[in-house]
Amino acid sequence: MIRNQLLVCAGGACITSGEKSVKDVLVDELKKNGIEDEVQVIETGCMGACDLGPIVVVYPEGTFYQKVTAENAGLIVNEHLVKGRTVDGLLYTEPTSERKAQTSGDIPFYTRQVKRVLRNCGVIDPLSIEEYIARDGYFALGKALEMTPDDIIQVLVDSGLRGRGGAGFPTGRKWKATREAKGSPKYVVCNGDEGDPGAFMDRSVLEGDPHSIVEAMAIAGYAIGAEQGYMYVRAEYPLAIERFEYAIGKAREYGFLGRNILGAGFNFDIEIRIGAGAFVCGEETALLRSIEGKRGTPSVKPPFPAQSGLWNKPTLINNVETYANIPQIITNGAEWFRSVGTLKNPGTKVFALVGKVQNTGLVEVPMGTTLRELVFDIGGGIPGGKKFKAAQTGGPSGGVITADYLDMPIDFDSVKEIGTIMGSGGLVVLDEDNCMVDIAKFYLGFTVDESCGKCTPCREGTRQMYQMMERICDGKGRDGDIERLNKLANMIEDTSLCGLGQSAPNPVLSTIRFYEDEYRAHIYEKKCPSHVCKHLLTYSVTPDKCVGCTACARQCPVHAITGEVKKIHVIDQSKCTKCGSCYEICRFSAIRKE
Amino acid sequence: MKSLEELKRIKEQTLKEMDLRQAKERGKVIVAMGTCGIAAGAKDALMAIIEELEKADIHDVKVVQSGCMGLCDKEPTVEVAMKDQPAVIYGDVNDANARRIVREHVQGGNVVADLVIKRENI
Amino acid sequence: MKMNLEDRLKENPELKKQFDVLDAYIGELGTPEGSLINVLHRAQEIFGYLPDEVLEFVSSRLNVPRSTVYGVVTFYHFFSRVPKGRHTVTVCLGTACYVRGGNAVYEKVMRTLGIKAGETTRDGRFSLDLVRCVGACGLAPVVVIDKDTYGRSTPEKVAMLLNKYA
Repeated sequence: MIRNQLLVCAGGACITSGEKSVKDVLVDELKKNGIEDEVQVIETGCMGACDLGPIVVVYPEGTFYQKVTAENAGLIVNEHLVKGRTVDGLLYTEPTSERKAQTSGDIPFYTRQVKRVLRNCGVIDPLSIEEYIARDGYFALGKALEMTPDDIIQVLVDSGLRGRGGAGFPTGRKWKATREAKGSPKYVVCNGDEGDPGAFMDRSVLEGDPHSIVEAMAIAGYAIGAEQGYMYVRAEYPLAIERFEYAIGKAREYGFLGRNILGAGFNFDIEIRIGAGAFVCGEETALLRSIEGKRGTPSVKPPFPAQSGLWNKPTLINNVETYANIPQIITNGAEWFRSVGTLKNPGTKVFALVGKVQNTGLVEVPMGTTLRELVFDIGGGIPGGKKFKAAQTGGPSGGVITADYLDMPIDFDSVKEIGTIMGSGGLVVLDEDNCMVDIAKFYLGFTVDESCGKCTPCREGTRQMYQMMERICDGKGRDGDIERLNKLANMIEDTSLCGLGQSAPNPVLSTIRFYEDEYRAHIYEKKCPSHVCKHLLTYSVTPDKCVGCTACARQCPVHAITGEVKKIHVIDQSKCTKCGSCYEICRFSAIRKE
Repeated sequence: MKSLEELKRIKEQTLKEMDLRQAKERGKVIVAMGTCGIAAGAKDALMAIIEELEKADIHDVKVVQSGCMGLCDKEPTVEVAMKDQPAVIYGDVNDANARRIVREHVQGGNVVADLVIKRENI
Repeated sequence: MKMNLEDRLKENPELKKQFDVLDAYIGELGTPEGSLINVLHRAQEIFGYLPDEVLEFVSSRLNVPRSTVYGVVTFYHFFSRVPKGRHTVTVCLGTACYVRGGNAVYEKVMRTLGIKAGETTRDGRFSLDLVRCVGACGLAPVVVIDKDTYGRSTPEKVAMLLNKYA
């Protein structure tokens, strides 16, 4: 007889924080106390609050233990489960009220979210198809198979669901086009490449609720008339691959994949294709080439994949988060889906809240939520009392949302108006210590590396822009650089072959638009206002703080620091390589960076 | 898997196994698991209650543990707090008494008078 | 003179076993169509990297031109044409890691090991790689050593970690 269940978050971040050893300690301690038959330990997918990991939730109470370590995990067994005493030291303390939260329902990070896409993540055992079924899993497939394909597509059109991969194209229209396209066989593809650095919602869904994607792809197969699906996952996500593969096997065993599914005469199966580390493969035409086992180079659209995709056959391609919405829309209807979000952007959006924010993690909120709610109410603001500067969205294809727009409702259309894109939902928070020129250079460097080389504007143009950015950050910026950057950026946007090139200049354009003064400071004053760009910095010793401990002199790799014991040290500027070692090692804050 | 009927059966079956994780609104039974409680047999009471609830197919009542309630000579003690009713604390809850409390109080709605050691708001 | 593969396999049962595993994997593929990348993944798992003879084998076994195989291998970052060290240190420089100081971590690892990304230490102990996001952004900056992921890393912490890997 089971009296308690321990849910241990086994999302990527919690594993990184030591979830495995926590789980082992829990299992061991249960055995030591002879209660291993009464208390069940279940590993779930990501619970979202990555910063609080590893997380252990004790049911039936729902007690939420955070930052559990191998050293203190035993307390949960010996105190909570044996003696019935809550382990206060492992509860989350709400920073403003300093109240201890008993359950996740007492933590603002959770209470302000609306979980649809992530409804099962952290709640069920991702390896258990039965638990997925218990949460109404595969009922949508059952319902869909009793509908006509046209009716299914109509529900999607009515729901107003837009593709969650970046551009926000209406999903129903895509399905309709693929259904109506001539050619056979047709294919269903799931884009699980999630290349946008800083975003990991797709990974979490695949790891925490893989069956929802299996079910959605099967529904898609029935709706567009396909019998074969491909799941394309990036190689950097081994756990997602493993869990999804397991889910496919279970689905076959239970007859949700294979021949004559649920006795409806419909056949469908899914194969996994693993990426191999090429960002451009997130672009749909490049991804299709990669599934074919070729170099992932994009091709000109039209023809769109709906007309000519995998092996030149009509192909439906959606990303993970888009698919994760489908079963619930089929079960609950279009009206239900539209009950949250905005008129043109119904439903929810999952954001990966990362960077300079207190509560990092995955959050799901209605479309139209403001940046302020995301960063301050849910995210708990900026750590260390620093000032919010901007949020970067859309990764290397996107731009920034500045403090002036904190109260703007975020959706596909509103962010476009201020020069960025929603992208897949990566939201990187930047504070006053981040240099916008440096961030733009970072993204550009990313695109230069990842450009597939097929078209010239992207291959050569982004490289030219990068060299200019590098010059600016190195203190060799020249008058007219801003204008040159703008001109080249516009040209690349207009003439590149695929989305990667067309959007590559966005980070530069967006930061020039809002932070031209920072660019000017770099170019004309040879200063980096945020003290980031190495070559524009000077390190010096503050004489009244230096105690002459010699730590810096010993640390300096180029021997640029001289001085005797207990005497003030001096940095020779002609030798200094600005590596910052002295700044890091000094315990007396005597090294000044400016 | 050939039908929706079969799917429903799996759902019902698994929901029972996931029962501990569901929100339970009708009330809760709190077993005091302090050192003295455990010494007096609180663990047996706890398991008996869970078993009896399962037998009676009751899924809207939560069974939780607490530390010592401070009534050491009456241990094991169990508190039954049903929604909209005053909470009742029972003493000397051995296996058999635990089962009675579930059957008579939780299921039947009648306080087990001979085991009561404290009632709220009377 | 370079011996042909068949003769070398006769002399080297260890190598033969590796090729047999790869051969069996290809044999089990339901649809060989489009499976080149999956096969290369498996091959790299078996051999640790993708030397010429493996590419030749894959080419003839899948009936795909050698030029195509070579083209695919060099297109994707994940495939390596040179042997890797006993341990692979992967520093994440995705955005979240970058803004939280991933670069300083990377520079520290470079200084400590004396190699750049894509290189292997002379003693064959470590290879160093850069990656654009491993999806553990909540704990940035992140470093992956072999299969272990370390979050909230600092230059000092990582330098200490390296000592754990012999």
